[in-house]
Amino acid sequence: MSALKHLRTWFWLILAALILWPALNWGVVHAVWTPDLEACRAARGTGACWGVIAEKHRLLLFGRYPFNEQWRPLLASLLILSALSPIAFQKLRTRRFMACGLIGVLLAASLMTGGFAGLSPVPTKLWGGLPLTLLVSLGGTLLAFPLAILLALGRRSTLPLLRSVCTTYIELIRGVPLISLLFMAAFLFPLMLPTQFRLDILPRVIFTIALFAAAYLAEVIRGGLQAVPKGQLVAAQAIGMRHWQAITYIVLPQALRAALPAMVNSFVGIFKDSSLISIVSLHELTGALSLALGGDAEWRSFYLEGYIFIAAVYWLFCFTLSAASRRLENHLNHK
Amino acid sequence: MVSILGVLLAWLGHNVLDNMRERGIRAGFDFLFDPAGFEIGEGILSYDAAQPLWRAFAMGILNTLRVAIPSIVIATLLGSLIGLGRLSTTPSLRKLCGFCVESLRNIPLLLQLLMWYFALTSLLPDASDAISPLPGVLISKGGLFLPAWSCVGGGCSWNLPHLEGFGIEGGWSLSPEYLAVLTALSLYSAVFIAEIVRGGIQSVSAGQIAAAQALGMRPLQILRHITIPLALRAIVPALTNQFLNLSKNSSLAVAVGYPELVSIANTSINQSGRAFECIVIVMAVYLTLSLITALLMNLYNARVALRGAK
Repeated sequence: MSALKHLRTWFWLILAALILWPALNWGVVHAVWTPDLEACRAARGTGACWGVIAEKHRLLLFGRYPFNEQWRPLLASLLILSALSPIAFQKLRTRRFMACGLIGVLLAASLMTGGFAGLSPVPTKLWGGLPLTLLVSLGGTLLAFPLAILLALGRRSTLPLLRSVCTTYIELIRGVPLISLLFMAAFLFPLMLPTQFRLDILPRVIFTIALFAAAYLAEVIRGGLQAVPKGQLVAAQAIGMRHWQAITYIVLPQALRAALPAMVNSFVGIFKDSSLISIVSLHELTGALSLALGGDAEWRSFYLEGYIFIAAVYWLFCFTLSAASRRLENHLNHK
Repeated sequence: MVSILGVLLAWLGHNVLDNMRERGIRAGFDFLFDPAGFEIGEGILSYDAAQPLWRAFAMGILNTLRVAIPSIVIATLLGSLIGLGRLSTTPSLRKLCGFCVESLRNIPLLLQLLMWYFALTSLLPDASDAISPLPGVLISKGGLFLPAWSCVGGGCSWNLPHLEGFGIEGGWSLSPEYLAVLTALSLYSAVFIAEIVRGGIQSVSAGQIAAAQALGMRPLQILRHITIPLALRAIVPALTNQFLNLSKNSSLAVAVGYPELVSIANTSINQSGRAFECIVIVMAVYLTLSLITALLMNLYNARVALRGAK
């Protein structure tokens, strides 16, 4: 038995080496790290050309945002990231910090827009890359949050009409693909507004992501609400609280805390789904790749390296957030 | 609250009618009987641009099913294998499976789909230098060609793909678009299914296994009669969700130009301008598909669920 086990271990080690060794050779040993087109062409097939990232990283990360103003999207990204940091660091999970984070997101958006304090206005069609991905996914989720709470409470309401409206909305949105909703944002929302009123595609898309995320978040929050023992509500009413007071001050805080890890997972889903907005021609991370390489005849042949870079950026975010969510869950379970 | 909602909907509807009048857009589903006016690259039915639009939509629905159903089968098999691999006693296999799960589920499906499409159309050799891993199987930028069993006239025979000029003729061909969607969807869903399978098996309490061993059951018997039936109870409801996600995710095929429902709807919107009607059709079809999947899975769930349990 033990000999068989050794054999199996060796089999897997050899298989791993057969896959890992060529990957290491291509990605590290024979790779070109400088933006040197000649060297990259020479290494083609034997080594990766990470030079394409060095050459194009500004376009990949910030899209077509005016080159000299790119400190603004950089600062905006950092602001949004710090708004996300309470997920990972327990010490920052205070009300004051979260309020600051909310202001940080708004500040990030206005920093990108410009038009005040000497900042030149930049139209949203020039936004792109990482800040756009962050803004759409976090902005969408934050906007979705109040609606999600209302939907979750509505789905558990005793009023049959309200309950069926909320249930229908949640099931309808969860039953259709996000891309069909984004087509709605692109083609139908302009028709739904008054004729003289025109709304840019970006707010329309963020609004749509929010409507989509609300249905999923509502289900997560409903799970949290179910985890709060019924006695809590009864006790709150027994000390003379009104129904809405009991819900706001007693039930909801406990429900949201219980649902927090699942909400972070939902956010990771929205973060990944935000790549779909490249289909309605917004150049966030995924779309920025074709922006950076699609039109460039010389660097176009190094698309694979570009894909790997973008995938690594996504992976880093999603993996960190998922790990933080798992830690949160352990933390809540052991309290 | 509901009355506010009603007023809001009425206002939106009023705006839509206003806008449509101003832009001269007509409403209604009559456009489905107009000639489609665009070609569709692949599909099960025969089709040409002169045929009515509803037939193009039917092609799209069939193409969605043509990629979603095989993906569900592959993802379930592969996911079960990876899930079992993560519970293996061999540490290297466990780590390998863990690596697959962590790397694939943290990258957006759309990006994976684009990567597969790029790999299949750019990194593979041209049709004239097609790779042939098995006799009768050809892989190239033009897609995958397999031998086909065809019956012409009276006799039936294997129709082998072969090089003719610069292209490959004969056999059963699968386009790179189809292969990219199939691979990306199967792999992405497989890692989520793997986690469900792992969780399901881990949820079987050790006491059950120990009891079976005490009764003198052999490992395979325990797997077949104890572990699998118990694990399925935890697995099937979550698996249903994954199947629903997979069929919705097949809509991303529009990004690589595989002519499934959303892609056909997108082309139709650009050609006919009937955005509302096309989006309604897409949503209705997906809702129906979701409903059928959920129904079938619930029937299956009723068979595996604990008798008498609600």
